[in-house]
Amino acid sequence: MQRVKHNWLNLTLAHTALIAYTIIALFPVVVILVNSFKTRKAIFREPLALPNSETFSLVGYETVLKQGDYFGYFQNSLIVTVGSLFFILLFGAMAAFALSEYRFRGNTLMGLYLAIGIMIPIRLGTVAILQFMVAAGLVNTLTALILVYTASGLPLSVFILSEFMRQVSADLKDAGRIDGLSEYRIFFQLVLPLVRPALATVAVFNMIPIWNDLWFPLILAPGEDTKTLTLGSQVFIGQFVTDWNAVLSGLSLAILPVMILYVIFSKQLIRGITSGAVK
Amino acid sequence: MGSLTLKNIRKSFGQVEVLHDINLEVEEGEFVIFVGPSGCGKSTLLRIIAGLENATSGDVIIGGERVNHLPPSKRGIAMVFQTYALYPHLTVAKNMSLGLKQAGESASVIAERVKMAAGMLELEPYLQRRPAELSGGQRQRVAIGRAIVRDPKLFLFDEPLSNLDAALRVNTRIEIAGLHRRLGTTIIYVTHDQVEAMTLADRIVVLQGGNVEQVGSPMELYNDPDNIFVAGFIGSPAMNFLDARLLDMPPEVKTIGLRPEAISLGDDGPIAGEISHLEHLGADTNVYVHVNDKLLTVRLFGQHDYEVGSTVRLCFSPESVFRFDVEGKRIR
Repeated sequence: MQRVKHNWLNLTLAHTALIAYTIIALFPVVVILVNSFKTRKAIFREPLALPNSETFSLVGYETVLKQGDYFGYFQNSLIVTVGSLFFILLFGAMAAFALSEYRFRGNTLMGLYLAIGIMIPIRLGTVAILQFMVAAGLVNTLTALILVYTASGLPLSVFILSEFMRQVSADLKDAGRIDGLSEYRIFFQLVLPLVRPALATVAVFNMIPIWNDLWFPLILAPGEDTKTLTLGSQVFIGQFVTDWNAVLSGLSLAILPVMILYVIFSKQLIRGITSGAVK
Repeated sequence: MGSLTLKNIRKSFGQVEVLHDINLEVEEGEFVIFVGPSGCGKSTLLRIIAGLENATSGDVIIGGERVNHLPPSKRGIAMVFQTYALYPHLTVAKNMSLGLKQAGESASVIAERVKMAAGMLELEPYLQRRPAELSGGQRQRVAIGRAIVRDPKLFLFDEPLSNLDAALRVNTRIEIAGLHRRLGTTIIYVTHDQVEAMTLADRIVVLQGGNVEQVGSPMELYNDPDNIFVAGFIGSPAMNFLDARLLDMPPEVKTIGLRPEAISLGDDGPIAGEISHLEHLGADTNVYVHVNDKLLTVRLFGQHDYEVGSTVRLCFSPESVFRFDVEGKRIR
């Protein structure tokens, strides 16, 4: 392989830009983390200072864990996120397999129809969705949220996954058919493992917006039992008084699970994004 | 047992008919090769035999049984693919045994068959490896092993050598020929390479544009082609075609064909030309001669030297001239 000659000036500029972007992106997160460990006064006096022996305080975390059902919210968020991801990946992959593998009348049309969903924001349909959930008796259930997120995540995942599934060797699937594997086993055992990077990409793209969403939990499931983490953190933000310690601590804790999931998927994610670009 | 009959096979994709009324009889134990340029329908025909595609009309009969509505796994066939198509997550042994396991064979039968196939293909040391840990040649042997283990009535090979390099290709070709001799199973083999077809086949089926042009043994096709397409496709270097008016021919003859190896260069032949290029291959010398703006290949045995640009005359015996009419049909 031929090595590309690096111009040190280009290298410096590129790194400067990347480092600057990293700082800008991480800055708010760092501020939240740092301030979550400080007393209320210290937060407002010197927002950027690190906590020292005088200003260090865990009062925010104590409030969060004591007041409100924080672990309940946490569990709700986790159930909604993991549940939605599971159904998005399952149904998305199945639809993608059908679109990429079988010749049937209206195949292209069906693909386009599914892709249109990428361009139309699901929030436009909020009122209708709410009416529908009321009629179905699903208001204040986690099922409502999982259904909505699954629906909104499917178009993009079908689009991405069908592109990847087209690259899976047709001979391999035919070999499976000759060996007598059912279409389901061909899908689950031969095709899915080969598009794992794409599955991880789709999972990450869908996971973060679902975890962070405030809109649908607020509208469809605002009850105490079904509050998600993002919604639950809002109890500390009042019209007149905001418990900043608690808000910052709550947000800091909320970052953790997404980060863990992200680390799990990230190796696959990078492969998914770069595959095809680099042969 | 392992015979194959194709009756009036037609296949259309949408409006386009890619196979027009194919009829073929293959006897038990025969090695039959479908050969033709890309897009001639040979792979589609193989996939119809395998059951991976449905024919639009017509019957596929394997071992006397009409199998039109049977899925591939119930047809008693095994297939080897160009890209090997090994299961990446399974070991060599499991790759080979999956088909039998699906068919519900007992573990002892499976182990015995895998052992037999592995021994035959010298794959014993690799049985516990995954396909990613094997070389291209080994992978193709595993793919062949997977086919042998199924003990099929009919082997189907879809361009199995195309992904191998030249040296391996010759070796694997010899191995496949040896395998056929030992197993005696009927083989249908698809290739675009006429050398493979000539060296392996008992009979060759030449396809073009979804039609069978001619069926015959390699030497029948070489010595007695039915038409201009078969004459040009079989033999390497390809047959030279010339305007019949160059020679004293009956009026219905439009084109004449001359095999490169049937021509020699001399001073008193009927056709004159100018040497444009020489290829020295050691055992042979290929001489390219310009005749009326057409480039002819002359294959001389042994080593010869001519000056490029010099004028020569082409000598050949009258019996070696193939004659074709306006439609490309052979006039015998």
